[in-house]
Amino acid sequence: MAEAPPYTLPPARSRVTEGLRAYRMIAGMWIRSTLAYRTSFVLTVCGNVLLTGLDFVAILLMFSQVDALGGWTLPEVALLYGLSVTSFGAAQLAFGSVGSLGSRVRDGSFDTLLVRPVPVLAQVAADRFALRRLGRGVQGAAVLGWALVAADVEWTATKLLLVPVTLLCGAVIFGALFVAGGAFQFLAQDAAEVQNAFTYGGTTLLQYPPTVFGRDLVRGVTFVLPLAFVNWVPAAHLLGRPYPLGLPEGSAFAAPLVAVVCAALAGLVWRAGLRSYRSTGS
Amino acid sequence: MTDAFIALDHVEKVFEVRRKTGFLKRERRQVRAVDALSFTVERGEMVGYIGPNGAGKSTTIKMLTGILTPSAGRLRVAGIDPSRERTRLAHRMGVVFGQRTTLWWDLPLIDSYRLMHRMYRIPDARYRDNLERLVERLDLGDLLDVPVRQLSLGQRMRGDIAAALLHDPEVLYLDEPTIGLDVISKTKVRDFLRQLNADRAVTVLLTTHDLQDIEQLCSRVMVIDHGRLVYDGALAGLHGAGESERTLVVDLARELPPIEAPAPARVVRVEGPRQWLAFPASESAARLVAQVAARYPLVDLSVREPDIEAVIARMYTERGGTPVAEPS
Repeated sequence: MAEAPPYTLPPARSRVTEGLRAYRMIAGMWIRSTLAYRTSFVLTVCGNVLLTGLDFVAILLMFSQVDALGGWTLPEVALLYGLSVTSFGAAQLAFGSVGSLGSRVRDGSFDTLLVRPVPVLAQVAADRFALRRLGRGVQGAAVLGWALVAADVEWTATKLLLVPVTLLCGAVIFGALFVAGGAFQFLAQDAAEVQNAFTYGGTTLLQYPPTVFGRDLVRGVTFVLPLAFVNWVPAAHLLGRPYPLGLPEGSAFAAPLVAVVCAALAGLVWRAGLRSYRSTGS
Repeated sequence: MTDAFIALDHVEKVFEVRRKTGFLKRERRQVRAVDALSFTVERGEMVGYIGPNGAGKSTTIKMLTGILTPSAGRLRVAGIDPSRERTRLAHRMGVVFGQRTTLWWDLPLIDSYRLMHRMYRIPDARYRDNLERLVERLDLGDLLDVPVRQLSLGQRMRGDIAAALLHDPEVLYLDEPTIGLDVISKTKVRDFLRQLNADRAVTVLLTTHDLQDIEQLCSRVMVIDHGRLVYDGALAGLHGAGESERTLVVDLARELPPIEAPAPARVVRVEGPRQWLAFPASESAARLVAQVAARYPLVDLSVREPDIEAVIARMYTERGGTPVAEPS
């Protein structure tokens, strides 16, 4: 055995490129781990579709008794539901694992991620990547598809474009919530439930029209935790309804800006959390 | 500046521990896990790093690997400040945590290696060479296609060590690499590490509770206690280690007065029918067992190897309980 030839480091790459690459590799490993138990995988995906679909069943049951909810018809509420659940499903698929960071910190296995040459956030996000979570997004997208056809929308090119943009921004906003909530677990490892209240609680809240909630709650969900931009505001534009809180006409297109701000804040919170972990080790 | 390969200069790590003392009331207390720790390790050295639980071993390793940021002092590994350039250093170091695997539980062993290949961006030819060499040296040939969950502890440890070395690190940190392994696995791991250090000049720092790891592998041992270095030098110089004792535990048929064992063996403890006999580690246990069995009604017996804790405890008693402040 000869002495190792002189070591040359691989060329430096941007952290984003490295992160995406690492995410793909690790998620791929988890998918293959899951597929080691193929039947179990198929069953959990089906279970996931059915379980997350129960929320929509609840809405259908309500509409079997009433014609409108807060003044919104069934296809209109379905539009809210579809936008909220599809973007949440995508965010949960990509970042949901950050929510179980606390258990990694508690059992000490988080340290094994820190000795690898790839960004930690990518590793944590791809950790235990669960393809079964596709179930929620698929089910949400199906409802959304039906709502887009059934709801009374006067389609224009702008409105057509608004749908994918809204979904993308919604996913980013929810993703930022997952990351920020995960970072909070550096400080309080048992805080997963706090995060769940905002993420899962948030997506459930958004399945109903803003008109059924109190004004203060709507204010909070618009200005403090800007979930209103996931669906309430853009849906109001699509349907030609008055905006919640009398927001200006252009606010339906503010979602990209809101999403970028959320992502940047989540990035800062993540960095602060990681720095705190590395100085306290707990 | 010409640093040694690993250089610590008055490194400190202070944790703030908050303890609940009542409803919402908390007491803050500072714990100095590592205190003014200074040492250097040259490239190619193989050093044992030992100390009782909670002495600061893991904290030191975590600072060396960049997991934790030191509270004070200067720390360099290969000229790099680990806490500032964690990912850059990661390409040049390997870490094995004895009690947790980094391998993919449900997938064949080879899949974990393929991931390392891509994650560390190891050039293809180099990966192939290293894999082939490690598989041969660590006897992994038949295990590559076996899911990790089906491996024995010893097999998995060998698998973990290979995973930590595929990218040709210059330094390898091993945290309890032989914990829980059977004698044959321990021997395999030790043989491999000795060869790795000799042939490829990899710097190795290992923590262990097993004195034999140190005896067989390390020319140098550092002892840490209460966050301070209390010994740094050859194992032979460690008081008590040279003449360490093993313990023969015998269960007699009934309670009896202390066994009159042939010197230098002696009874150190009696508890009902069970008695503990200390005897020099260098002597055969068989002879002592035969002598005891010939004269006493023996029901059961076991032999305990000397451990690090015992050596350190003896070190203190022989020095009158005061650790040296600044070892050479």
